[in-house]
Amino acid sequence: MKFGVVVFPGSNCDLDAYHLVKDVLGEPVDYIWHQEENVSGFDCLILPGGFSYGDYLRCGAIARFSPVMKSVVAFARSGGLVIGICNGFQVLQEAGLLPGALYRNLSLQFRCYFTYLKVENRQTPFTSGLEVGRLLKIPIAHGEGNYYADADTLRRMEANGQIVFRYATADGEVTDTANPNGSLTNIAGVCNEMKNVLGMMPHPERAGEAALGSQDGRLIFESILKNWEGAR
Amino acid sequence: MRAEDWRKMGLKDEEYQLITEIIGRDPNYVELGMYSVMWSEHCSYKNSKEVLRTFPTKGERVLQGPGENAGIVDIGDGLAVCFKIESHNHPSAIEPYQGAATGVGGIIRDIFTMGARPIALLNSLRFGTLEDARARYIFNGVVSGIAGYGNCIGIPTVGGEVYFDPCYQGNPLVNAMCVGLLETDKIKRGQASGTGNPVILVGARTGRDGMHGVTFASEELSAASEEKRPAVQVGDPFMEKLLLEACLELIYHDDVVGIQDLGGAGLTCATSEMASRAGTGLEIELDRVPCREQGMTPYEIMLSESQERMLMVVLPEKEEKVHEVFRRWGLTSTTIGQVTEDGVLRVRMGGKVVAEVPARSLAEDAPVYCPAFNEPAYLKTTAQLQLAEIPDLSDAEKVLMLLLAAPNIASKEWVWQQYDYMVRTCTVVLPGSDAAVLRLRGTKKGLAMTVDCNSRYVYLDPYLGGKIAVAEAARNVVCSGGEPLAVTDCLNFGNPEKAEIFWQFRKAVEGISEACLAFATPVIGGNVSFYNETNGEAIYPTPTVGMVGLLEDVEKRCTQEFKADGDLIVLLGETYEELGGSEYLATVHGRVAGMPPALELAKEKALHQLVLGAIGQGLVKSAHDLSEGGLAVALAECTFGKNIAASVELRTNGLRSDSLLFGESQSRILLSVAADKVELLLALAAQENVPASVIGKTGGQKLSLTVDGHEVINLPLDKMQNAWREAIGCLLK
Repeated sequence: MKFGVVVFPGSNCDLDAYHLVKDVLGEPVDYIWHQEENVSGFDCLILPGGFSYGDYLRCGAIARFSPVMKSVVAFARSGGLVIGICNGFQVLQEAGLLPGALYRNLSLQFRCYFTYLKVENRQTPFTSGLEVGRLLKIPIAHGEGNYYADADTLRRMEANGQIVFRYATADGEVTDTANPNGSLTNIAGVCNEMKNVLGMMPHPERAGEAALGSQDGRLIFESILKNWEGAR
Repeated sequence: MRAEDWRKMGLKDEEYQLITEIIGRDPNYVELGMYSVMWSEHCSYKNSKEVLRTFPTKGERVLQGPGENAGIVDIGDGLAVCFKIESHNHPSAIEPYQGAATGVGGIIRDIFTMGARPIALLNSLRFGTLEDARARYIFNGVVSGIAGYGNCIGIPTVGGEVYFDPCYQGNPLVNAMCVGLLETDKIKRGQASGTGNPVILVGARTGRDGMHGVTFASEELSAASEEKRPAVQVGDPFMEKLLLEACLELIYHDDVVGIQDLGGAGLTCATSEMASRAGTGLEIELDRVPCREQGMTPYEIMLSESQERMLMVVLPEKEEKVHEVFRRWGLTSTTIGQVTEDGVLRVRMGGKVVAEVPARSLAEDAPVYCPAFNEPAYLKTTAQLQLAEIPDLSDAEKVLMLLLAAPNIASKEWVWQQYDYMVRTCTVVLPGSDAAVLRLRGTKKGLAMTVDCNSRYVYLDPYLGGKIAVAEAARNVVCSGGEPLAVTDCLNFGNPEKAEIFWQFRKAVEGISEACLAFATPVIGGNVSFYNETNGEAIYPTPTVGMVGLLEDVEKRCTQEFKADGDLIVLLGETYEELGGSEYLATVHGRVAGMPPALELAKEKALHQLVLGAIGQGLVKSAHDLSEGGLAVALAECTFGKNIAASVELRTNGLRSDSLLFGESQSRILLSVAADKVELLLALAAQENVPASVIGKTGGQKLSLTVDGHEVINLPLDKMQNAWREAIGCLLK
């Protein structure tokens, strides 16, 4: 399975995603420069974290106009697997591939620490290897991760099983204290209706090795791989 | 030229005289401006140079000592570590967010200029007490400025220190340190060599911001300082991220002859220093410099401190390729001139020569002063501490709770949770332990890093305080399993033209030098920040020590928290009747007095060797250095990480109980050790001549401390932890 890590000017977690796929999972991976207009040959695209174009406007608002994004959108619409992490999530929203919006954190401050995510839906290629209710210890690092969608959209997403992860306590309770940024109903990750595009604020690529304090982030990628093998 | 012109630019009459002698005529206005910034204390070190020469700067591993943009140390296997600390105090006092942000941006440029990939940031911050609204505003602004810049550029901020004291009320300290990694054969220097080589300016356009920033940094703050806001630059971390990637790409492919960032004193500094180091001259055309506004004068262009700009000298045949790489990264690069052999910095605009002076005279020929020095009168008063006047403990629990919530001891989580300390996924010991540790990908090695200074000690005894700053940094590195490599220092003091301040400076440098010699950690670079005074009141002398240590095997790293129930707790070192300068004395009794704790360098060194050896042999489960708040606070901190309680039994042996529990005697480290390893550890300690005693055991529900058989502390962990963790956040509400 071939992964591609999209590099926008200002991306800064591109290296970490690349490292996880190549050195930890041992899968083939290449960087995709933002001016590239062709993403054929890749099976899964990763839009990494960072501050694309400095994010001086709304996060991701400029990146979505990058030449590469046209083909990312086409790739996603034809069923290709796309995962947007942190800034990548913001870009996917701006590109219209995922519902909702990400506001500034309720604290109005950047937040970096380990959170616990509760798996809400395993009917996605990203979570099919996990059980519903399983807790993943994965860190966040963002200033604008406060998830919002209007009531109708949220209802539709619930009904379609598009809410993939919620912030929870270490005991698995979805509570206000476990919510790091004010996200509606503690939403940490969502997918599109087709379930082939995932956006999440926490950084699974930072939780892939014991030395980093957690290996739970790997489980998401292993799920992708298992799913891919099964589909073939 | 009128005397008021040069005086307004901060030049003395005799300095003006010297300029006319060097160039054989009166300087024009542009030239005067160039000399005034290059001869400011900030750029020329004219008051400190003589004293700085006394630092030990050489060592087997040192590949680059002071004098370049940053120092470099060999760590084996063809790799080297490059690091430096620098102040951005005055800008942060006036405009905290941008002041701190551009401090971070500046130090990052110093590192990648040397050809190193920046891998970590640290900072040492000092503010007034949080009861003061302006101190809260500055604190908030500085922390978000550091976060804003570091998080965006994608370099993890992994460590640092934060202190609060009324002496920093008007003059906060913001010292930023950056650590980079490079291959030993890829070192670049800021040299403009090769006659005829093109000189390329790249990055942001030049604007009117930051004019005379270095002059502003070289005078005291006062009510009028608010008017100096235009001297503060504005940072653009996105632009710097592009610059960083493009420059490293060029350096990696050997396309660069010499490179330097534009920081303080802007284009004037970069051109004159690069030419001076290579013994060459430069000719530049200001019409080619991309500017933000029309109508900028040569004076403004030469002195602008607009951020995110670099100057590069390349071979003529590489010129096109270099521009091409910058274009790919979306950066504007322009050839603005060339290297000459006559040693002159010649600046043209509109077809005319607007400045023409020897490059070396700007960079090297500032007068060197040996300011007068005199022992400060206050030391006679502060030294008078009669312990008999201080009542001994009546409620140890209350004092421990008070100290845990004292802002200087309380958790700095409020600060570091705003920093991205994980990006690049190499941080394997996160903020909150004694030193941060980073793994070096592709090797087994790791780097431990820390910044330290207890300025209250330095105030009470500059010599001893300077020594302790180095010792504490080394102890923190050692507790993480790192072997101390070298030091960078940021010497923050008041006005050096005052004899008592200069005495503090000399003594602190003497102390630092002695300790660096003893630990074989040479000073490989740093920065001096004088004139940290507000309305004539100086800050505590604050020589911040940044240290980096090497772990040959990063898997052997060590952290401060207790790991399991049933381990034995070992105290290394000796406790004396030493309360002078302690946080206990200041917080509980409102006194800043006495002599700081004594420090014997040989004993300290033996302690380091013992702990490094023990960690290397796998005998140690946790190691924590004893500092502010002494033994009781250190024990509490060890219980927090994994919520593992402890019971400890102590004997006063003639000491006061407050000295025993809260005194800050030096050269002490707290270890936890598996029960079956303790004999081995004690034998090792005896061999190294380090006093060691088993004082207790981990486990249980609470932190229990008995002194001479009486339980004086019995506190639930969550009660202590909440007080410690929430103190700073509460003070900001």
